[in-house]
Amino acid sequence: MRTLFQNARLIDPEAGTDTLGSLMVVDGVITDVTGTPDDVVDCRGKCLAPGIVDMGVKVCEPGERHKESFASAGRAAVAGGITTIVTRPDTDPAIDTPETLEFVARRASADALVNVLPMAALTKERAGREMTEIGFLMDAGAVAFTDCDRVVTDTKVFSRALTYAKSCGALVVGHVQEPGLSAGGAVTSGKFATLRGLSGVSPMAERMGLDRDIALLEMTGAAYHVDQITTARALPALERAMANGLNITAGVGVHHLTLNEMDVADYRTFFKLKPPLRSEDDRLAVVEAVAAGVIDIISSMHTPQDEESKRLPFEEAASGAVALETLLPAALRLVHAGHMELPHLFRALSLNPAKRLGLPCGRLSVGAPADLVLFDPDASLRLDRFKLHSKSKNTPFDGSILQGRVIATYVGGTNKTQELPDA
Amino acid sequence: MTFRAAHLLGIEHLHPTEITTLLDLADQYAEDNRKGRAHRDVLEGLTQINMFFENSTRTQASFEIAGKRLGADVMNMAMQASSIKKGETLIDTALTLNAMRPDLLVVRHPNSGAVDLLAQKVNCAVLNAGDGRHEHPTQALLDALTIRRAKGRLHRLSIAICGDVAHSRVARSNIMLLGKMENRVRLVGPPTLLPSGVEDLGVEVFHDMREGLRDVDVVMMLRLQKERMDGGFIPSEREYFHRYGLDAEKLGHAKQDAIVMHPGPMNRGVEIDGQIADDINRSVIQEQVEMGVAVRMAAMDLLARNLRAKRGAQAAGVMV
Repeated sequence: MRTLFQNARLIDPEAGTDTLGSLMVVDGVITDVTGTPDDVVDCRGKCLAPGIVDMGVKVCEPGERHKESFASAGRAAVAGGITTIVTRPDTDPAIDTPETLEFVARRASADALVNVLPMAALTKERAGREMTEIGFLMDAGAVAFTDCDRVVTDTKVFSRALTYAKSCGALVVGHVQEPGLSAGGAVTSGKFATLRGLSGVSPMAERMGLDRDIALLEMTGAAYHVDQITTARALPALERAMANGLNITAGVGVHHLTLNEMDVADYRTFFKLKPPLRSEDDRLAVVEAVAAGVIDIISSMHTPQDEESKRLPFEEAASGAVALETLLPAALRLVHAGHMELPHLFRALSLNPAKRLGLPCGRLSVGAPADLVLFDPDASLRLDRFKLHSKSKNTPFDGSILQGRVIATYVGGTNKTQELPDA
Repeated sequence: MTFRAAHLLGIEHLHPTEITTLLDLADQYAEDNRKGRAHRDVLEGLTQINMFFENSTRTQASFEIAGKRLGADVMNMAMQASSIKKGETLIDTALTLNAMRPDLLVVRHPNSGAVDLLAQKVNCAVLNAGDGRHEHPTQALLDALTIRRAKGRLHRLSIAICGDVAHSRVARSNIMLLGKMENRVRLVGPPTLLPSGVEDLGVEVFHDMREGLRDVDVVMMLRLQKERMDGGFIPSEREYFHRYGLDAEKLGHAKQDAIVMHPGPMNRGVEIDGQIADDINRSVIQEQVEMGVAVRMAAMDLLARNLRAKRGAQAAGVMV
């Protein structure tokens, strides 16, 4: 099967180019544009980019399938131009044994429309006491190890886990936070928190967590990815660690790039995230860091929560937001606001996460799998959260105008958008 | 007169003219209360429910008396012992109560923002009797009325709010109210008890009590909220009293005619010296309690007028 995508605005993050042209896909793999195609897709001048690799998606299997299943997450990913989801192990129970991981992989391959790569817990039950069977878990398909939003507070345990992970060649994903300082906080400390009477987390807690982890990386030499850097204060430490040659990368969730603490307004719990939304100064600093390549991965940090978990007083409500479908249009705000060009955005969305995980996707180059997203960056729509494919509807963008619409998502050269129920 | 609000959720959303309207009416009620003149027709036929999710004796009694003096049918619900224990959510409780068609709902809740949340789900007038560390609007209004009666005005005064600002909803409401009425507000306390970003709220911050009290017209003490503290805000109560407790010597730095206020209940010998609290020439603490009833009568009266106007308009088929 030879498919020619013609008249496409090709967004190539590797080459850093944005040009009109054609792309040939043969049996699910990108090849040179030669020979006669069996099928032609006219892209009508819209953008064709490598599909998004979303690092840190919570699918609530096992445990809370009413919030999100592999089937619903897969549909949401297709609708959002995401071709690979890298799942988090903060399920109930946690994904901390090869058996649970195999269950997840089986469920994912049976139900999900997109590629699913699972991460596994770094410590058993994410309790921070004993490391998991990192070797077995890698054999079973774990692409990285993380305790998600829990910090391994015992530095001895954490340093051993990092050392062991390094010997296996495993990537560790950490959440940087000084847990004592941030305990009980629901928003970022400052004027807004004080006015609302909510307990605040000092932005310094993130910097302290990062400093500790950098010290442990110097000690162990492990490969480490910070799931989310959200404050200006953490950035100089991160830059220094990179300059010193540590194997460290950093990501950020799309909400911290597009919203700030004031959006919480009158206790809107859909804006309660972990870490909490930051000041506008922090947001801009983090956007600049993405533009400069200091933070190199943007992810959705997709966290489904049911209505009951959010219809509570702010401090008691659950944290997190769904974002598979809104990741691309929200991230396009950075392009529309002039912070970066499309190829750079797709470095952060597709190429860099693929590289960090050693995946062949995330590129438009010959030989890469044809995981593609065709989208119109300018089409706008007002988001109605009840039209999301996710089972949970907790998006902070409900009622907002989002600019950027996915036309089709191809996984291995197959148009998955056609398989959505409302296609 | 102007008072447009449908609920009294906080000082933040009140306009200065609304505050003045409410205080003027409360002043009248205060006089009438002293003369024993009743107004049982004002809230006649209306049902007032006091929902207290957090312990309270003084505020609840004050709201109950205020409602009864105006002729409302008052019901107290002790929510700690109720369905919350059975796992019902706040919103479900609100919807259940709403189905019983109350007219005035007085709510206290330990979570900031909980009263706002509840107000969105019911169609009666909601009064915030304190939510977490957010707001306690009737306390700020009764403080304002007490100051206005003692000082003859409620503008261009220098007012020091002292002590545990971090845990205090009273302080937040007072900072906003006194700021809106164009007073100079000072916050005095150890830095561990002043919330972050507080200097951006249009106040002056002092960590030295004598300096903070210099030439102020009003000294407003706050209760040290020991029950909300989990560890290490102050070294000890005796050191706190030594540095930040109000005694005659520290009060000497304020103006000669400065008044002393406290929202109660007091920790004598922790934030305030017992003799100062009882000094009838300086302390207006008892007057604050008295004004509490008057202010709550005025607030419920005004909200009931708006509620009746809204219902009348709805019955007549007019959009409001």
